[in-house]
Amino acid sequence: MNIYIDADACTGCELCLPSCPFNAIEMREDKAVILDNCTLCNACLDVCPVDAIHKVEEKVTAPHKPCVIEEYAGVWVFAEQRKGVLQTVTFELLGEGKKLAATLGEELCAVLLGDGIRKEAETLLYYDVDKVYSIDDPTLAVFQDDTYSACMAALARQFKPNIILGGATHIGRSFIPQVAVKLQTGLTADCTGLTIEDSSKHLMQTRPAFGGSIFATIATYHHRPQIATVRHKVMKPAKRQSERRGEIVQLPLPDEAKRCRTRFITSVEELEETVNLAEADIIVSGGRGLGDPKYFSLIQELAKTLGGAVGASRATVDAGWIPYSHQVGQTGKTVCPKLYIACGISGAVQHLVGMQSSDVIVAINKDPQAPIFKVASYGIVGDLHEVIPALIKRFSAR
Amino acid sequence: MKIIVCIKQVPDTTDVKIDPSTNTLIREGVPSIVNPFDMYALEESLRLREKVGGTVTVITMGPPQAKEALREAISLGVDQGILISDRAFAGSDTLATSYALASTIRKIGAYDLIICGKQAIDGDTAQVGPGIAECLQIPFVAFVKKIEEVSDQTMRVERMMETGYDVIELPLPAVITVVKEINEPRLPSLRGQMRAKKYEPTLWTSSDLDVSEERIGLKGSPTQVIKIFTPEIRKAGEHLEGDPEEVADKLFQRFKEAKIIP
Ligand SMILES: Cc1cc2nc3c(=O)[nH]c(=O)nc-3n(C[C@H](O)[C@H](O)[C@H](O)COP(=O)(O)OP(=O)(O)OC[C@H]3O[C@@H](n4cnc5c(N)ncnc54)[C@H](O)[C@@H]3O)c2cc1C
Ligand SMILES: Nc1ncnc2c1ncn2[C@@H]1O[C@H](COP(=O)(O)O)[C@@H](O)[C@H]1O
Repeated sequence: MNIYIDADACTGCELCLPSCPFNAIEMREDKAVILDNCTLCNACLDVCPVDAIHKVEEKVTAPHKPCVIEEYAGVWVFAEQRKGVLQTVTFELLGEGKKLAATLGEELCAVLLGDGIRKEAETLLYYDVDKVYSIDDPTLAVFQDDTYSACMAALARQFKPNIILGGATHIGRSFIPQVAVKLQTGLTADCTGLTIEDSSKHLMQTRPAFGGSIFATIATYHHRPQIATVRHKVMKPAKRQSERRGEIVQLPLPDEAKRCRTRFITSVEELEETVNLAEADIIVSGGRGLGDPKYFSLIQELAKTLGGAVGASRATVDAGWIPYSHQVGQTGKTVCPKLYIACGISGAVQHLVGMQSSDVIVAINKDPQAPIFKVASYGIVGDLHEVIPALIKRFSAR
Repeated sequence: MKIIVCIKQVPDTTDVKIDPSTNTLIREGVPSIVNPFDMYALEESLRLREKVGGTVTVITMGPPQAKEALREAISLGVDQGILISDRAFAGSDTLATSYALASTIRKIGAYDLIICGKQAIDGDTAQVGPGIAECLQIPFVAFVKKIEEVSDQTMRVERMMETGYDVIELPLPAVITVVKEINEPRLPSLRGQMRAKKYEPTLWTSSDLDVSEERIGLKGSPTQVIKIFTPEIRKAGEHLEGDPEEVADKLFQRFKEAKIIP
């Protein structure tokens, strides 16, 4: 595929320039030209009023490793567990995976890796799966890239699934890219939308880029499995059924997973309560407007009252008021809780990209011009030192 | 210790805004910057070099103007920069990018540690670091927030997890990706800036690398972008007015109506 501009047709109107997210279109002698840094993202195609921008599809590029797509079937979900606890993202993947599997008329399977995980395997049977592929081995007691990626790749080679979904968690985003390289197939990161294309039956994977200012839909046409990591809290979790269904397929540790080059020493849980922003339905965040680190106690109290977690802007993290694990934004965490309350946060774009997909946003800021109000479902112009205590009082009285 | 840092030039996302009337991206004079996470990778490489000696080589794959990113790295004090640039790489997805960068690293030859940023802020994929490790068949640890110890053969790192961190020991050579918490990047020195001004990075094209044509660029990319669109823009909602008590009460009522709280 290639994108070029027909110089004869181009009127030099420059409308295409701002459409390019990569600045890859330039005016030369009053004609637009596509530069080398074009990523073929197609963003410019529709904006040209005279249809001078063309896409040439080269002959369908033969994958370097020919892949017989028809041999692959089934939707797989990586059932992430930590210390024997199935992570909530797993149920979201099962819910979404079921829809895809039903559309395709294929099986839904879970892949469970760990040590002493029989109970979790049984639990998965309540979630409308056809099979649970389980590798239960001491080698898999803790997450390590080598063993997890080797197991997943070996299973995929053996059973040839059509689709593999994993959570876009630290674990998922760490080892699944290695699985994709081992299998030499496509991987789409951090998806927020998945559908099956009617005609072709390919998986259409939609994901945010540029911190959510644009979205892209991505497909893997000629390779299998189609692999995606999926953002937490976007998909609806599967409901637990009253009856178990499906079977547990117990498998031995594949040979290639017997070698683990890294050594797990220990795992440290950080002491601050409710740091797990990724899991939180409610987040209360504090910014430099708090004025002093000691006022994070206000944020904590409001979070506690509402049953939420504590977030922070980078300004407060950089000032050492609160640890980095609380930071929301471009260089911190991306969150999408049901409720996000921003207190004393100006709403710089780098902060917004980390939280603007929250369902409901409340902003408390004394500056009515603060950009945070542009995304707030409820804006409160006022001094947080007065507003937060009033909120705590009102909400704890319920 | 021979360290290789992979950096990427990205548009400064602060400036990627959407024009609400036309729903297109406004990109007037958008500057390019070094991917912010890669600044931490650069800083960590310099600190390691200060501690145990060795060299830092910085590589980037991108259009000719990505040279500027390498110059910025030079101004911070790295030893050398290599630009991998060729139209043949255009349209590379993370699989093809990992392959091209891994091939570059193979050509460089001797290396003990490869450091990448956690993710690039344009694509936000975080897949190239682990991809490189897999292509080179060497160990990998993501989201490193601290290097606790390092010797010739091994290092011990802290990997950030959602609720804490794991301590992992890994043999070298290896690939790690780093998060912001790992350090505070330095500013360029005057001498570094002087050197950067005149610095011409080594340029390699696809023919300098031992790459197979089918595995680079669009051909080597299993994923294809089908369309790009702008999300619906969030609209400002309601302003709640009144004294703090009134405001608190209004918010409480809204939450109840919308069933945000039980
Ligand atoms: C490459 C890069 C990456 C970045 N990544 C991130 C990121 O991940 N996350 C992030 O948050 N930022 C990030 N930033 C920084 C970002 O640009 C802003 O500087 C930062 O978000 C500002 O934090 P703040 O809103 O707490 O502080 P400020 O911008 O100082 O805002 C404080 C706000 O509090 C209000 N205020 C003051 N007193 C009161 C009061 N008594 N009551 C109510 N309101 C009050 C003020 O009106 C003001 O709006 C990044 C920047 C760069 C360049
Ligand atoms: N074109 C590139 N050139 C050099 N390094 C890159 C390139 N793309 C990605 N990287 C490295 O891989 C990391 C992750 O990028 P990504 O997978 O694109 O999010 C970045 O922080 C860089 O360290």
